[in-house]
Amino acid sequence: MNIPTELRYTKEHEWIRAEGDIGTIGITDYAQDQLGDIVYLDLPAVGAPLTQNDKLGEIESVKAVSDLYAPVSGEVLEVNTEAVDQPEAVNEEPYGKGWLIRVRLSDASELDAMLTNEAYDELIVREMEEHSD
Amino acid sequence: MQYTGIIDEHKAVRSRAGVFDVSHMGRLYVTGPGSASALRSVLTYKVDQLAPGEAHYALLCDEDGSVLDDLFVYRIEDERFLVVNNAANASVGRERIEAALGSDASLDDRQTTTVMLALQGPDARETLAAILGSREVLDLKPRRCGEFEYSSSTLFAARTGYTGEDGLELVLANEPAAKLLRQLVDAGVTPCGLGARDTLRLEAALPLYGADLDATTTPWEAGIGFAVTLDDGAEFAGRAALAASKEAELDRTLACLQATGRGIMRAGCPVLHGGQTRASMSSGGFSPMLGVSVGMAYLPPRLADVGTELEVDVRGKHLTATVVPRPFYRRKKAT
Repeated sequence: MNIPTELRYTKEHEWIRAEGDIGTIGITDYAQDQLGDIVYLDLPAVGAPLTQNDKLGEIESVKAVSDLYAPVSGEVLEVNTEAVDQPEAVNEEPYGKGWLIRVRLSDASELDAMLTNEAYDELIVREMEEHSD
Repeated sequence: MQYTGIIDEHKAVRSRAGVFDVSHMGRLYVTGPGSASALRSVLTYKVDQLAPGEAHYALLCDEDGSVLDDLFVYRIEDERFLVVNNAANASVGRERIEAALGSDASLDDRQTTTVMLALQGPDARETLAAILGSREVLDLKPRRCGEFEYSSSTLFAARTGYTGEDGLELVLANEPAAKLLRQLVDAGVTPCGLGARDTLRLEAALPLYGADLDATTTPWEAGIGFAVTLDDGAEFAGRAALAASKEAELDRTLACLQATGRGIMRAGCPVLHGGQTRASMSSGGFSPMLGVSVGMAYLPPRLADVGTELEVDVRGKHLTATVVPRPFYRRKKAT
């Protein structure tokens, strides 16, 4: 399972790539693999406010619908309309062309509480063990 | 075994061939001189008039006409039938059939001693023929079945399925089944899971018991009247009630809905017209062939005309959907 070292993660399987006060958000490789074929993204509009840990949208696969949660607080700067048009991009490149939204962070210190790649790796190993019971 | 994903599996079945392990389905063998009349007395279709080698869809009803299960009946030989019923209702079917058997017929439940595979797709029959080294299986016409030899054991094959695609359903003993499955996959057949089975049957608008069919639905409103024979003079469980409900005017009918925009309609989503909730989706999901969401709902007949626009409430968001002809997807006619 691909877990890039330079990203921060949530327990809900989102990732964020922060550059200054700009963050790019998506779902992890593990999440896309668990969801299976993704067929619909419901994302907030540009300008929408985000509050850390609040629901920001929905991601839907052939199998099921899942809520997306905001890893950080801030404002939506950009929505990946190409991924909205072709949601399979999230399956193909969850850290690349399958990114979801770009945000302006209102409090960069929120990043400190997020999971590192090692901590996220431990989390999904635990989840996989639970699922295999 | 490597499963690739529901959409890839679905498209493999539509374009080439896929194989599903459907061993969860019930498999009841009913044999003996009294088997035909016993089955006729509990099933809605005139299964006693099937010729050996023929198969047909039928329902199991309560005396009050409520549908307890839907199933497929294969008349393998004159006095030997295979009944394939739903996993969740397997015990109901077995009990009802067992109760109808006289001393001149017996029932053998082979759900655990056999494997059932659904080999579906335009290349399904050719692939099996190549493995068997015999073209006999290609002679099976739609809804026909027969027994063949594979790996020194008996292979039951029927040209039926639950995908809307051409193909076969196979029953064989556990050991040769594992070998056959390997050979099929080696021959390029895509192993498919039950997720793709559901998207395929939904595109073909084939009802699923527990979703589109249950004890509250009549065969007439479900659009499966072909599973019921009322005019052969036979008495069967639920006959009087079904004859009465057939005469009554339908107050709802199972309609096919196709979403016009993005968003996925699922079972349970309310269906609205003129701001009023009129129904809820009995089935729904994503159609890989159409690239949009499709589903079915029991609508008042005046709202079920093709072209009628409705709204579907998907977790608070209203999606526009149009009534379309049944089924959503129809394969090109096989030769």
